[in-house]
Amino acid sequence: MTNKLSGIAVKTHDMSLRDGMHPKRHQISIEQMKTIAAGLDQAGVPLIEVTHGDGLGGASVNYGFAAASDEEYLRAVIPTLKQAKVSALLLPGIGTVEHLKMAADCGIHTIRVATHCTEADVSEQHIVAGRKLGLDTVGFLMMAHMASPEKLLEQALLMEGYGAQCIYVTDSAGYMLPGDVAERVAHLRQHLKPETELGFHGHHNLSMGVSNSIAAIEAGARRIDCACGGMGAGAGNTPLEVFIAVCNRMGIETGVDLFKVSDVAEDLVTPILDFPVRIDRNSLTLGYAGVYSSFLLFAKRAQAKYGVPAREILLELGRQKMVGGQEDMIEDTAITMARSGRYSTAQVA
Amino acid sequence: MKKIRCAIIGPGNIGTDLLYKLRRSSVLDPVWMVGVDPTSEGLARARELGLKTTDQGVDGMLAHVKDDGVQIAFDATSAYVHKANSDKLNALGVMMIDLTPAAIGPYCVPPINLKAHAGRREMNVNMVTCGGQATIPMVYAVSRVQKVKYAEIIATVSSKSVGPGTRKNIDEFTRTTSGAVAKVGGADEGKAIIIINPAEPPLIMRDTVHCLTVEPPRVREIEDSVKAMLAEVQQYVPGYRLVNGPVFDGNRVTTFLQVEGLGDFLPKYAGNLDIMTAAATRTAEMFAEEILGGRLTLAA
Repeated sequence: MTNKLSGIAVKTHDMSLRDGMHPKRHQISIEQMKTIAAGLDQAGVPLIEVTHGDGLGGASVNYGFAAASDEEYLRAVIPTLKQAKVSALLLPGIGTVEHLKMAADCGIHTIRVATHCTEADVSEQHIVAGRKLGLDTVGFLMMAHMASPEKLLEQALLMEGYGAQCIYVTDSAGYMLPGDVAERVAHLRQHLKPETELGFHGHHNLSMGVSNSIAAIEAGARRIDCACGGMGAGAGNTPLEVFIAVCNRMGIETGVDLFKVSDVAEDLVTPILDFPVRIDRNSLTLGYAGVYSSFLLFAKRAQAKYGVPAREILLELGRQKMVGGQEDMIEDTAITMARSGRYSTAQVA
Repeated sequence: MKKIRCAIIGPGNIGTDLLYKLRRSSVLDPVWMVGVDPTSEGLARARELGLKTTDQGVDGMLAHVKDDGVQIAFDATSAYVHKANSDKLNALGVMMIDLTPAAIGPYCVPPINLKAHAGRREMNVNMVTCGGQATIPMVYAVSRVQKVKYAEIIATVSSKSVGPGTRKNIDEFTRTTSGAVAKVGGADEGKAIIIINPAEPPLIMRDTVHCLTVEPPRVREIEDSVKAMLAEVQQYVPGYRLVNGPVFDGNRVTTFLQVEGLGDFLPKYAGNLDIMTAAATRTAEMFAEEILGGRLTLAA
């Protein structure tokens, strides 16, 4: 395996300042963002995502209001970077082309348009707008475990047709195993245009972040999402420093300095965490049941308020096949479950 | 009893569901179905039900408007052609109910402002969006009790109930709904989020309405107001249900709703489409009652 991937160049894309906003309840300060982004820049990370955890326009009662606006974060971070570029995430239905234009005006390099893995046709206007603005434009197929490789290809072809230059297989629930990742990425690689790049976004809920990312590279992915210090929704994203160490051992070229990023993780990211982002019974449940990773904190808060164990709430959300963005259904589900009377400690409001 | 004659423009899913509802109305009589495709199933279905049809668009009906006594038209086509349709029919004195996102006329959410529109003799009213029809009544239920500085709605609809037009321009939904949440709902600021869920069997439309009040919420009054509003909407959408809430959390007031359709032509889970056709029917009935009662004469 070492030989096969040796010499392959992979672009790492840091998530700590976007997906990492979830465990911070979107409260990372502008100063913290600038400091961490500068550390990543110096360590050679080529691309850094900066927005509300739920992307441009995510500031809401539903997902939480961030410490600053997307525009304030982007305008603060982008000018301080020497080599790294900045990306923004946009979920059609939450963010709009107006948000995209604002982010382009702030100087982002990449826009990632994210849809549920079967609903790619809501991304047309945003992908078209991204290309028109001259941005590196990515289609980001979330909860990819819920679609077969064939279905995922059909959706990827739509995004490619709209003009996306890179397509992501996104394991939002941290549910996939390396074989699941490999068959999806390989199928896309086989049928999409050779010039269309492929990417993989993992969550570490089953501890598979690094292994899944390597499986994705073997199958043809050349962009890998990681988060410095593993900061992301659920049990976090693929930990950047661990991924870099593994790549170094395998001869995969990332251009990222292992010791520098491990210092950023240890000295800058870990100190700002409100709690350790790790696999516990709840984040494990996300990966086990295939539930959107950013539901985690909402389920914990619902447990505190309604007395229904977070794990039970998450399992129920999985049974109901909730998709990314349905955070509103967590409180609703908890209330309905509390009313069932099966949870004796319930304090229904 | 005399009925007001109507035309439906757009023989697709929405237009056909609307036709079923209009046929039940005691004051409305659907007489024309207008399309652009001679092979359209919707036109064939309308013909079988005894309607006159044309595949030449609105132009194919214009010559017959006077003779057939058409007074109200529903546009279930697209925003791009709505203005032209509306201008041509308004010129003949036909009042237009707009189910497209064009919104050249004022927003109409029946329990909130329908009476006012009828009173002002509007010749074109817009039915906002499905998410708007489902949620704005609940924003208003809070804002009529006390000042709401911010209202946010999350509409979750089944994948099967969202057509290609909406998908191609999903920003239009977000923009129009946010605007109407503030303007009609009575909040200083509005935000709208739409989520499309592909689960099978398809989920019934869900809507969550968050209001942030300026002063601490007056719990009892809001509960009563929400209950009253629920009953109002249920008059034309019987499957409009409050699943949970209102939940009070600090200055946040949240209602969790479900909208099940009548299953006329569209399946029951597509409450999002049903609430549009039901609200449009309700709107037309109010105008029809005004015309029949001699209180409203449409001017050509």
